[in-house]
This record gives sequence, C-alpha cells and structure tokens, in this order.
Amino acid sequence: MRFAEAFRVALDALRANRLRSILTMLGVIIGVAAVVILVAIGSGAKAEVEKQVEGLGSNLILVVPGSLEIGGAPSASRLELTDVELLGRAVGDASAVATTVQSGELVRVGDKEVFTTINGTNETVVNVFDRPIARGRYISAADVDTRRRVAVLGSSSARKLFGDVDPIGRQVTIAGVRFRIIGTFVDVGSTFGVDRNAEIHVPVTSAQRLFGVERIDALAVKAPTIDSIPAIQKRILDALAEKYPGDKFSAVTQTQILGTIGQILGLLTLVLAAIAAISLLVGGVGVSNIMLVSVRERTREIGLRKALGARQRDILVQFLIEAVLLTSIGGLIGIALGVGASLAASALSPLPAEISWWSPLLAFGVSAAVGIFFGVAPARRAGRLDPVVALRTE
Amino acid sequence: MSEPAVEAIDVTRSYELEGGVVVNALRGVSLRIDTGEYAAIIGPSGSGKSTLMHLLGCLDRPTTGALRIAGTDVSSLDDTQLAQLRNETIGFVFQSFQLLPRISATANVAMPLVYRGTSRAERIERARTALESVGLGHRLDHRPTQLSGGEQQRVAIARALVSQPTLLLADEPTGNLDTQSGVDVMHLLEQLNTDHGVAVILVTHDHEVAARARRRIRIRDGLIESDDGAHSVADQSVAP
Ligand SMILES: Nc1ncnc2c1ncn2[C@@H]1O[C@H](COP(=O)(O)OP(=O)(O)OP(=O)(O)O)[C@@H](O)[C@H]1O
Ligand SMILES: [Mg+2]
Repeated sequence: MRFAEAFRVALDALRANRLRSILTMLGVIIGVAAVVILVAIGSGAKAEVEKQVEGLGSNLILVVPGSLEIGGAPSASRLELTDVELLGRAVGDASAVATTVQSGELVRVGDKEVFTTINGTNETVVNVFDRPIARGRYISAADVDTRRRVAVLGSSSARKLFGDVDPIGRQVTIAGVRFRIIGTFVDVGSTFGVDRNAEIHVPVTSAQRLFGVERIDALAVKAPTIDSIPAIQKRILDALAEKYPGDKFSAVTQTQILGTIGQILGLLTLVLAAIAAISLLVGGVGVSNIMLVSVRERTREIGLRKALGARQRDILVQFLIEAVLLTSIGGLIGIALGVGASLAASALSPLPAEISWWSPLLAFGVSAAVGIFFGVAPARRAGRLDPVVALRTE
Repeated sequence: MSEPAVEAIDVTRSYELEGGVVVNALRGVSLRIDTGEYAAIIGPSGSGKSTLMHLLGCLDRPTTGALRIAGTDVSSLDDTQLAQLRNETIGFVFQSFQLLPRISATANVAMPLVYRGTSRAERIERARTALESVGLGHRLDHRPTQLSGGEQQRVAIARALVSQPTLLLADEPTGNLDTQSGVDVMHLLEQLNTDHGVAVILVTHDHEVAARARRRIRIRDGLIESDDGAHSVADQSVAP
C-alpha cells in the first residue's frame, strides 16, 4: 500500500519536472546505449572470426618473422626467396610451400586506375591456399624462374579495370611496368570490409624487382594432416633458427592467428564496454546531483509528510524509487536505442553487430543498481530531515 | 473525568548555535491539556510558542523534562514510533497551510492515511467526507492554487481531522487569513472540539480569537507567565 503510493508520488514528481527528468536520464541513456552497441559490435566481430575459423578447417601454417602474440611488435622481415626451398626441404614437399611479398601499388588500364594490393607469389599458391581460378591459368614455376611480367586479377579488380571485357591476354600497368594478364580468380568473400577480390597476384620474382626489395614477407606451408602440424611447425622453426641464429620467427596456423585476433577483439570489447560503463557512472552522478536538488526543493514537503506520520523509511523509499525510476526508465530507453543502433549498424555497414541476450539485461540491471547506489545518499538525507527545520524552511 | 491528552513536565528546549551560543527557547514549562479542552497560547513574538507546539506535537524532543501523550512517555519512543504516534493521535494546522500544490484537495486530505496503510478507496472516501464536513464538498478535485486562502486552510483542517486525532495543534491558523475566513476557520475548530471532543491547542496573536478560547496560556521568554485554567501536573488524580 505504502509502496504503491510511494511509487505514484515518485512518478508524479518526475512528471512535474519533465524536462529535468529527461535531461537527467540522458546520461544513463547514453551510457546504456553505448554499452549495448559496443558489446554488440565487439561480439559480432568475434563471432565472425570464429565463423571463419570453423570454415577454414585448415592445415595451413603461416611463417612470419617476429613473434605473433598480443603486444608483440611486428619486426622487419629477413626472410628471402631461398627460404622457400629451405622449408621445402625441411617439410619434404616443395609444392607445399608458398610465399608472398606484398605492396600497395597503382594499377592502370587505359584511363582507368585502381590502387590495390600487389601480391608477389609462387606457383604453389593454388595448391596451398584455396584460391580457384575462374579463367585462364595461375602463375607457373617458369613464370617465377624467368621473372615473367604476368598477372592474375581478383574479380573486383578485373571488373573495375576491364568492365565486361575479357581481360585474358590484355595488358595492365603496375607501378609503371606493363604486365600481361594470364588469369582471373573466382569471387571470394570480403573479411571485415576488406575486399580480397581486389588483390592482384604476380610472380614473386617480378614483384621483388618491381618493389625494389630482396625480402619476402611471409611463407605458408600446407601440412598433409592436422595431426602432423606440430611436428612440421618444429621442423620449420629449427631450419630457420639454423639459418638465422638469434632471430625470432613464428610458425602458426590460421586457427591460432584467428584465435589471437578473437582474443584481441574480446579484450577490445571489454575495454570499450568499460569506457561506456564510465559514462554510465557519470550518468549516475548526474542522477545523484538532481536527487539532491529535488530533496532540497521539497524540504517542506518532506517535513509535512513527516509531521503527518511518514517514517524515515517512508521518505527514504519514496526518493529511492524516484532515483531508480530515473535510471531504469533511462536504461530502457538506452537499451531500445542501443539495440536499434546495433541493428542499423549491421544492416547498413560492414560492422557485424550481434546483440547478445545478456548485454541489455546487464545494462538494465546496472542502471537500476546505479539508481540505488547514487540515490541512497540523497534519499537518506531526505529521510533524516528534521520535520521542524523542514517545516520552518520557506 | 477528563484524562490528560498531553502533559509537559518541566520541559526545556535550547538550541546551540554555531560558536557555542545557547538559545533557551523554553526554560521550564509544565502544562497539562486534557481531552476535550480548548486552549489558546498567546505571547509575544519569539517567546517560544511555536517551539512549545512542536514539542507537544512530537515533531521535536525536549532538551530536558518529560512529555506524555495520552499517558505515554515520549522519550521512550524511537523516531518510527513517534511518527506513528503523530499519525494516529495528533492533527496539525499551520499558519502557511502546508498543502502540496501539485495534488488535489482530496489527495492532500488523504495523505495522513497513506502512512497508516489505509486502502486507496477508503482514503478517498474518508478524505471526501472530511472535505464535506468543512464545507468543501464542491472543491474535491481543486488544487490548492485554485483555492482561496480560507478554503486552503479548511482543506488543512480536513486533513487534520481525517485521521481522527485526539489532539489538534494549530499554530496561528488565522494568521494568513482575512477576518471573515478567520472566523470560519475558528468556527470549524470550535465545532471539532465540541462535536468530536478533540483537544485543541492554538497559538494566536489575535485577542478576539484568544478571548473565545476556554483557557488562555500566556508565554513570555520561554516560561508560562499566566494560565487561567491550569491543572496540577504533579497530582494527576485531581480533577480540574
Ligand atoms: N532552530 C533554532 N535554532 C536556534 N534558535 C531557534 C530555533 N528555533 C527557534 N529558535 C529561537 O527560539 C525562540 C522561540 O522561537 P519560537 O519560534 O518558538 O517563537 P514564537 O513564540 O513562535 O514566535 P512567533 O510569534 O514570532 O512565531 C526564538 O528566540 C527563536 O529565535
Ligand atoms: Mg511561531
């Protein structure tokens, strides 16, 4: 009975100061919406990574210089082309070792230009990676050995440069050097908005000359079975350690890389959510502040209620309900806003937002808790007011 | 036959100001008001009338001395019990009406019943009856700001009587009213006293109002200067 009445009184007080109530809620609304959105984007990104891990099922080992872990700085590559043979011997199968050296370059056909990634590779790429050819052929061992200026185009690059015209046999100019097109790739999906169809592959030897470098960026080794991976990883690292004493290399599977990315994304989500939670806290301080103002404004009302028989607890509950109403209504609006924005983000942008069932619940719980936490001090002050002093206040 | 509605036994109330200055608002007041009595407290400004009213109404506690409401020693009660005592036995009427501006006359009148746990339907019913008894049956849904001063004070009286108290305290109830409204309010208080046997204590500056009371207690400098209907506080068995 008393509780229902306290609820009514609190609601009434909020309605009487509508604009102030809304402005006070704004802090909570923004905080909750931010938590919901950031968690949605973070867990969406993580889910996408996990989906790709599942899709890979791969026996692929990537070999890069330096250590690959959170916080590890990338180091300059000291790998060179002869390492392809080195690893071929170490693994016992030269056709299982692919290499890459990459650079962004301007590519031109007639008056059409695109800026894209030029990937210098060898003939094993089609074997090692799953990159089926749509038309023509892939780079051959002879192309690599004789440093031929031939290129294989990704589907979007082909479309941008040639439109509907068949590009096979035609010329492109990469960084001012003419290359002949020998093939095109089958369309593959994009990852995090990065269009893998824009890639152009050329023989690694031609790429090194084009870029003016001796290095290669990375090697990829295909293990025959998943079970053989640890042994092969060890053989690769041993061979490299022998050739480059003191240098550090990593031989990791894509699963491990994606696992690391997932870990980073998880951490990032946590950090973002924490930042958003701080704004929720700031919103709570705003609520506390306004509640103090409200208590001061209604000193006489409090004195009167006490004179008429309200206990300290009745007054405390009344103001606490008011604070919790402020934050939980704000929380509900914030959730609606956050869910709406997340859905819009995943529909309109490449951000793969995913609303988890727990984040709105958590956000609501936290905002209600914030109301209690930041409402207690003002509500206690109200409850403790001396009725005589309160009634004498003008 | 009368029983004491409220008794003050050598009550003092002092306020300590910042800097250690002590104000002795009441310096030893003994007073007994019986059920069904009608007493006026008069005295110059600052003499301690309001302070005494707050003590009699259990809004405040004496610095020294004892206070008994309907036989119960107030010092033995905690704040929650005191709130309940106020709610059940004491009605207040203030000079400045003290109505909540946002809610209707009915809701204002019903307020003491909220803290008694009365159901909403019954609250409204009783508030309506109380408002009708002060002649405001046609103003039930008006807000205080839509009422005249005299009407507002009648709403306040309805609020004081809705909880059927045994003691009604009115601190300058006509202080903010014109002559006619003041007379109306006084009639209501007198009627409450005669018809329902509620003990009424009122503070007033108005000699005509004071003259209508059956007992006048004059206060000066925190002490009772004269009391034309005093009972013996020490010996309660003596009938007035
Ligand atoms: N909270 C307080 N702190 C300090 N002094 C106070 C306090 N309340 C009242 N006093 C002092 O106590 C004395 C009595 O005050 P009180 O309000 O009881 O006077 P009063 O007789 O009601 O006067 P009036 O007729 O003007 O209403 C005054 O001197 C006043 O200044
Ligand atoms: Mg006074």
